[in-house]
Amino acid sequence: MHHVSRRAMLAGAALTAGLGRPAVAQGAPLKVGMMLPFSGTYAALGENIAAGFELLIAENDGKLGGRAVTLIRLDDESDPAKAPANVNRLTERDNVDVLLGTVHSGVVMALVQAAREKEIPLFIPNAGNVAATRDLCSPHVFRSSFSNWQPAYGMGRALAARGVKKAAWVTWDYAAGKESGEGFRDGLRDGGAEMTHLLTVPFPETNFQPVLAQISGLGVEAVGSFFAGGGAIQFVKDYAASGLRATIPLCGSGFLTEGVLKPQGAAAEGIQTALHYGDGLDNAKNVAFRTAFKAKTTRDADVYAVQGYDAGQMLAAGLTATKGDAAAAMAFAAAIRAARIDSPRGAFTLSASHNPIQTIWLREARDGQNKVIGIAAKDLADPGTGCKMAGA
Amino acid sequence: MLTGLIAQLLNGVQYGLLLFLISSGLTLIFGVMGVINLAHGSLFMIGAYLAFGVASLTGSLWLALPVAVLGGAVFGAVLERLLFRRFRTRAHLDQVLLTFALILLFEEGRSTLAGNQFHSVPVPGVLDFSVPVIGGFGYSAYRLAVLVICLIVAAGLVWLIERTRVGSAIRAAAENTEMLNLLGFDAGRVHTMVFAGGTALAMLAGALAAPLQSVYPGMGDGFLILSFIVVVIGGLGSVAGAFWAALLVGLIDTLGKAYLPQAAGIAVCAMMAVVLLWRPTGLFSRT
Repeated sequence: MHHVSRRAMLAGAALTAGLGRPAVAQGAPLKVGMMLPFSGTYAALGENIAAGFELLIAENDGKLGGRAVTLIRLDDESDPAKAPANVNRLTERDNVDVLLGTVHSGVVMALVQAAREKEIPLFIPNAGNVAATRDLCSPHVFRSSFSNWQPAYGMGRALAARGVKKAAWVTWDYAAGKESGEGFRDGLRDGGAEMTHLLTVPFPETNFQPVLAQISGLGVEAVGSFFAGGGAIQFVKDYAASGLRATIPLCGSGFLTEGVLKPQGAAAEGIQTALHYGDGLDNAKNVAFRTAFKAKTTRDADVYAVQGYDAGQMLAAGLTATKGDAAAAMAFAAAIRAARIDSPRGAFTLSASHNPIQTIWLREARDGQNKVIGIAAKDLADPGTGCKMAGA
Repeated sequence: MLTGLIAQLLNGVQYGLLLFLISSGLTLIFGVMGVINLAHGSLFMIGAYLAFGVASLTGSLWLALPVAVLGGAVFGAVLERLLFRRFRTRAHLDQVLLTFALILLFEEGRSTLAGNQFHSVPVPGVLDFSVPVIGGFGYSAYRLAVLVICLIVAAGLVWLIERTRVGSAIRAAAENTEMLNLLGFDAGRVHTMVFAGGTALAMLAGALAAPLQSVYPGMGDGFLILSFIVVVIGGLGSVAGAFWAALLVGLIDTLGKAYLPQAAGIAVCAMMAVVLLWRPTGLFSRT
């Protein structure tokens, strides 16, 4: 009566072992929760990230690592207050296997927290807060975009290489502005130059006059800046109207002229910026990607589309190694770290803290395009300061 | 250093004059009707969005200015007749609830009609050039034009209130509504006129500011807070007080941001505290 067969014991053991982490139900699709802004200021960014990610999946016939992929879209509205509840909906109600998101730096922190606590792999396709791949780095968090530090570092490096000795950084008084300012400072310093002033404007104010009127008296040879979206439009126009450009050229992190060249018009012409992507990159991968993206969406690809596509490539690398099991955390992360991502921006690998080691291109705004004119910093890694990755 | 200071003073005056356009309406409405209009910043925003709409449809910002003034007058008159009239004698808390509700309605309407995007409004072609002001720093011709327009409006407003029959009716209404009725004026019409005028001023300010500030959700919030400070410093209901207080606030805010960025946020509030300790009813209070 009490006799239990060896076979039953083994089966029981296997079942119990399987309880902690449900075995991959062969055939059950992998659920990816796409938490992106599909409305509001960043809606266009969210749509392009999603379209890039979907393009990668479509190119693989709907399967990654041999497993079918189901996408669940959730509009995060770029609202940090709603972020924790939105993340919960994906992890608790929809039981997603993988998270993808997001654009807004405040919203992404809720995703990072969930990834760390619930050990769900997270791919960040834009938000550049340095913390996500520094103090708060995790074996479960991967970034396909950039850290705020990187493009600004490239710009500082490029200025120093051109012989500029002193430069100032102008930005909004918030995290992304400060983090990019640190990149600019480090880039100038490593090139033998100096960031002498950091000027800030309260976020999201667009009255730039008090700051602009100071610049001619600072004794700097160039001004770098980080603004994005509407603030970037207004700042570039006001800078041109102030007549400063004739003597003190304006440059910046690539977002200063990204997606806003049309409204900036002549005021942006000739402005140099640094970013991990740009117009006119003629590698074969980029040409093919842009053609495919245009065919799929009828829109032109941009840096956000590339970041979405590459998040897909990173996920594919992990799933291929684990035969579709995203929960096999160690093998999954190891495979992504080892992968060489064949990105339209140029191939990259991930740093130890899971941020791309990538070339930062120097671009110049000409005829409504951010034309790549050279390399600002080759194979640049974020310092990853403070990253202690357990189990990696 | 000195050239920088002169440029900053110009910035401060220009910012202050724009603030005056907004706060003059606020102080008049409060002085005459006793209504605290929290939605005044939203009216500024509506003016800016109207300018954006007219400029993108017709390509002319100039057309947007009369549209903002006339549209503002009509809109203000309707608001007064339908809503504010009924709240004039109610407790201030009721007025706050009403005007806060209006903020929510205006923001929702803005979101539905114009979306939540940040829009930039081009400067009119004729004024799309820079005037070298001092050192290497230039001023856009449009910014100078706004400065001049604000000065003209301010002079006209002071003349209207201090020198005309309509103005004396408005001042009388601020003192004693019943007396105005006894003297044969229709106090209700004076109220409608004041509210319409105040709304028109706020929307004109928004339209003028659109190319300078861009157009975005909640753009009036910062201006609303500064306008209340202007009204309090200038003395409740005093247009002349609002003028000098607006210049003072514009200058302190600009110089604070330029020379003491760490304290820029509190510079204006600190000044308000000092003024109120010295003259508790404001610089130009009639009482």
